[in-house]
Amino acid sequence: MTGGVAIISLRQVSKRYPGGFEALRLVSFAVEPGEMLFLTGHSGAGKTTLLKLIAAIERANGGAVLVNGQNLSALRPAAIPYLRRNLGLVFQGQKLLFDRSVFDNVMLPLIVTGQPYREAARRARAALDKVGLLQREKANPITLSGGEQQRLCVARAVVNRPAILLADEPTASLDAAYADEIMEMFNAFNQVGVTVLVATHDRQLIGKYRKRVLTLDHGRLQ
Amino acid sequence: MRVWLQHHGLSLAQTLARLARSPFATTLNVLAIGVALALPFGVYCVLGNLESLSRNASVDPQLSVFLARDAAKADIAAVEARLKGAMGVSAVRFVSRDAALVELNRAAGMGEVIASLPQNPLPDAFVVTLSASDPASADRLEVEFKSLPKVAYVQADSAWVRRLDALLRLGRTAVVLLSGLLGLALVAVTFNTIRLQILTQRDEIELCRLIGATHAYIRRPFFYLGSLLGLFGGLAALAIVLSGLMVLNRDLAHLAPLYGSDIRLKFPTSDEMISGLVAAIALGWLGAYLSVSRHLLEADRS
Repeated sequence: MTGGVAIISLRQVSKRYPGGFEALRLVSFAVEPGEMLFLTGHSGAGKTTLLKLIAAIERANGGAVLVNGQNLSALRPAAIPYLRRNLGLVFQGQKLLFDRSVFDNVMLPLIVTGQPYREAARRARAALDKVGLLQREKANPITLSGGEQQRLCVARAVVNRPAILLADEPTASLDAAYADEIMEMFNAFNQVGVTVLVATHDRQLIGKYRKRVLTLDHGRLQ
Repeated sequence: MRVWLQHHGLSLAQTLARLARSPFATTLNVLAIGVALALPFGVYCVLGNLESLSRNASVDPQLSVFLARDAAKADIAAVEARLKGAMGVSAVRFVSRDAALVELNRAAGMGEVIASLPQNPLPDAFVVTLSASDPASADRLEVEFKSLPKVAYVQADSAWVRRLDALLRLGRTAVVLLSGLLGLALVAVTFNTIRLQILTQRDEIELCRLIGATHAYIRRPFFYLGSLLGLFGGLAALAIVLSGLMVLNRDLAHLAPLYGSDIRLKFPTSDEMISGLVAAIALGWLGAYLSVSRHLLEADRS
């Protein structure tokens, strides 16, 4: 590692899926704490795979992935949950739970990590307030619009105050106004010190921010 | 600690709510487990009753020594002396042929038969109570008494006890086998029930893993589910067995006086009921453990 202070660092990382498809080839980069950056590239370039490696959802076949100073390939399976508690994930296929209210969806990460109920409820309401959904806390998420559902996912990702926020195509299914709204939220979280890594193929959106951009092309970093 | 309890409480409440949400399926599952458990438990109870019966009976094994019809008073006295002098005999009671006839007369339905006989067909007899209860000494005495002069026949009254004992031993083995098999069935039933539940909550489980849930957290509600199924199944089994014993006792109440006894099936003790319930809970837990562990293993691999 060059700086020694990187919060995320990939060194010569390769990922090959069973069947031989090589999603990533010798990818290296480092992210400073508090940085916000975009990850872009054509569809199938390896953006999602890269985020999954950082969240320890997939394991690299070669190279080293370090998050918060921990080498993920050396991580015991039992330690993975504790790593993920430092990450906020906004992934494709939102995975909202439609058998419970908006409020309970945001409560889940706090319940899972064993927060006392009263404190958890307070933080869940604060997170909902930040994304403008406090009025809808008792609603079932299925009654929310696409933009609102995506905002709910953001609230759920940040409610645990993670150090790192990973978002995979967070604006993919949204019209421009909603997309701007979501991106503004990420920017706001970044301004209070959260490291934000957003994978998107929306060049127009990226152009609005002066942030570092990593471009993947067929599994290689440009 | 308080937070930990709070979460366990929440988990338990959610599990109960989940069971209540599909009452029909829950009832059927509980019944399946209940019936599976009621079989070995019921057989165990009935065997326990038979065992106490055989224990009471075998406390003093007896030999009946029947004398030849032509035995004179002197012969009877000689035999009595020999019987009393034998090793391992605790008591000797003489039953004269006349006394035996009177006793037989009292038995239901025998009066007319006896009245129709030209003379008393019964022999004089001794009822010998043995102090040693082991079958070997009973056999030895049986042989010895048979060889006495004017003794026609010796009947070991303990023979049926021994036969019952052997049958009970067979029964106990059967209970163990039955319990093993049906315990396995219980584990299988909970395994599949939990597996189904896991599949319906697949999204939630996957999400929980992504937001930092430990395996212990994911397992917890399913442990509760398995244990609750075991507990309710165990309670159902107890209800089945107890009501079964009650019905049997009602019938016995009609039957027993005809045999001049007041045999009643005893209900299982509270200790036995509690250990039955604990076993049911443990088996339900085991089914849940196997099911969730398997799912987590599969999820880890993919």
